[in-house]
Amino acid sequence: MLEVRNLSLAFDDLVLADDMNFTLEAGKTHVIIGPNGTGKSSLLKTLFGDIQPQSGEVLYQGMALTKATINPWRQCFGYMPQDINLDVGLSVLEVVLLGQLNALSLKLGDSLLEEALQALDQIGLLHLANRDVRTLSGGQCQMILFAQALMRKPEILMLDEPVSALDLHFQQVLLDHLDQQTKQKSWISLMILHDLNLAAQYADNLLVLKGGKVVAQGVPKDVLTSDLIEDVYGVKADIQLDSLGVPFVRTQRRGARAFMSMKDTLVTSEQSTKERAL
Amino acid sequence: MLNSALITEAVNTQRHFEKRRWFVLMSLLLLLLCSFVFDIATGPSLLGIQDVFNALLNMIGLPVDVARTTEVIVTNLRLPIALMAVVVGGSLGVGGAEMQTLLNNPMASPYTLGMAAAAGFGAALMLYAGSLGMSTEIAVPIGAFVCCMLSASLLFGLAMMRHITSGQLILSGIALLFLFQSLLSLVQFVSSPELSQQILFWLFGSLTKASWSNVAITAVVTLGCTAILMKDSWKLTALRLGEERAKSLGVNVTRLRLKTLILVAVMTATATSFVGIIGFIGIVAPNIARILVGEDQRYFLPLSFLVGAFLLSSASVLSKVIVPGALFPIGIVTAIIGVPFFFWLIIGKRR
Repeated sequence: MLEVRNLSLAFDDLVLADDMNFTLEAGKTHVIIGPNGTGKSSLLKTLFGDIQPQSGEVLYQGMALTKATINPWRQCFGYMPQDINLDVGLSVLEVVLLGQLNALSLKLGDSLLEEALQALDQIGLLHLANRDVRTLSGGQCQMILFAQALMRKPEILMLDEPVSALDLHFQQVLLDHLDQQTKQKSWISLMILHDLNLAAQYADNLLVLKGGKVVAQGVPKDVLTSDLIEDVYGVKADIQLDSLGVPFVRTQRRGARAFMSMKDTLVTSEQSTKERAL
Repeated sequence: MLNSALITEAVNTQRHFEKRRWFVLMSLLLLLLCSFVFDIATGPSLLGIQDVFNALLNMIGLPVDVARTTEVIVTNLRLPIALMAVVVGGSLGVGGAEMQTLLNNPMASPYTLGMAAAAGFGAALMLYAGSLGMSTEIAVPIGAFVCCMLSASLLFGLAMMRHITSGQLILSGIALLFLFQSLLSLVQFVSSPELSQQILFWLFGSLTKASWSNVAITAVVTLGCTAILMKDSWKLTALRLGEERAKSLGVNVTRLRLKTLILVAVMTATATSFVGIIGFIGIVAPNIARILVGEDQRYFLPLSFLVGAFLLSSASVLSKVIVPGALFPIGIVTAIIGVPFFFWLIIGKRR
């Protein structure tokens, strides 16, 4: 259980966390959503011990995060930052291996190599193992970094927009794998997502951040409402529940021009359907 | 498991990569040995390769017949210089490799953060002060070393601050570089023409001041620092993924940065104080090593040493043979012969 108590964080007059309180349970996927610049990444960095909050505390299984506990604290963590740029002369296998930094020595044993390769295999990227990472696409780099985070065998896994560069297939591979491992190994998984529909599908617990506060928290179908989305993002959206009870968010296009062009498209497509029928 | 065959194959490919890197290391070692022998053989009186070998064998205690003059030339005159070329070249190569890793910038070198300029200023100041009553051979290296470490310790202070990025570290280093260059010019401006000439000659960089005691000190410092850096090789590799990611992998970035900076500063200050300023090798050797074996520091670090040593050793040979009978300052030769070679490497890589 990871607890955040009375956390306050501000850069000059920019308030990112204002007396924030929440608890993250093990074995669940927790998803943070919220507008840009609202302090989501900074919150993750604070939980990782990279930014010091003005006040409040963070506790994991009774251990408080302080300067003295920072090293054992980070040993429990897998943290995948937002940046996915990999400009270094290393092979994919070597990058994944770095996830087990403390176990590496001048002579590499076969077992470590195999472990790293299995991590790659689990996400379907074994065929890239011996490639130079500079030849990979952004999405492939993101998957490799996910494999690296898995290699750390974390108790807490924090992912900052882990699917930002991924195609539909790998979005599913990553999130399904994360979901399955979280439940199987009783991790605390915490990630930031921008796609509300992915958040609705994968979150066991959804936290909505705005103005330094958690404005809503709970299972997606209770949290995601039209009112909340308009309040947080200033966007009008329809919410429907699918057969599994997962909310589906569809935004409305704004402005008369957008509306007109949409009508035009509808008319043309109707016409073409008619033409085809004829 | 379904993919166990593929996993074994990937392990084998990785092992093959490692073998290839060992092969590169060994080839460079061989090249270095060749240039080392040539370095001993060339000079005002040319020696045969056979004579050089015999003299070396004789020196390590084997009963081989050698002419007395050859023996004296080799052991007393040529060998310290040849060894100094190897050690200083290696030290600059390793220093460059770690500066580039630390600052995340392939254009960095041990001199980037103003260390050479500070050493030059220290040496000039010492010459200006008339060596403070000591002999010049001792006083000038001490002045260079102290000044270099003083300037570097300003950077250590910066590196200890958590919020300082590598970009800000480079900027502060460049500011120091200009400061010490100005101070150096100031000393030259107020000195007599003769003294100014002496300062200029020190700045050129030359191996001729090498003696057995100089070589021993430089070798111990260089090998010691390199060994400590080797122990951190995986952490340094992780640092190349970016500071934030290195932290996420459990590296104490502030501590690693400080430690590496201190080691590089000590190595550079020692080498520079005995031979003066030898540019170019610190930038080029790591880049060549990177092209040859990638950035796994277990190979990158020793190869940077070997490439640096080879470059300086062969520059030493060339400085003696370009104009027979004359000895060019080696600091001038390194860049002139190195740049075309470097261009060829960069362009060759594009193909």
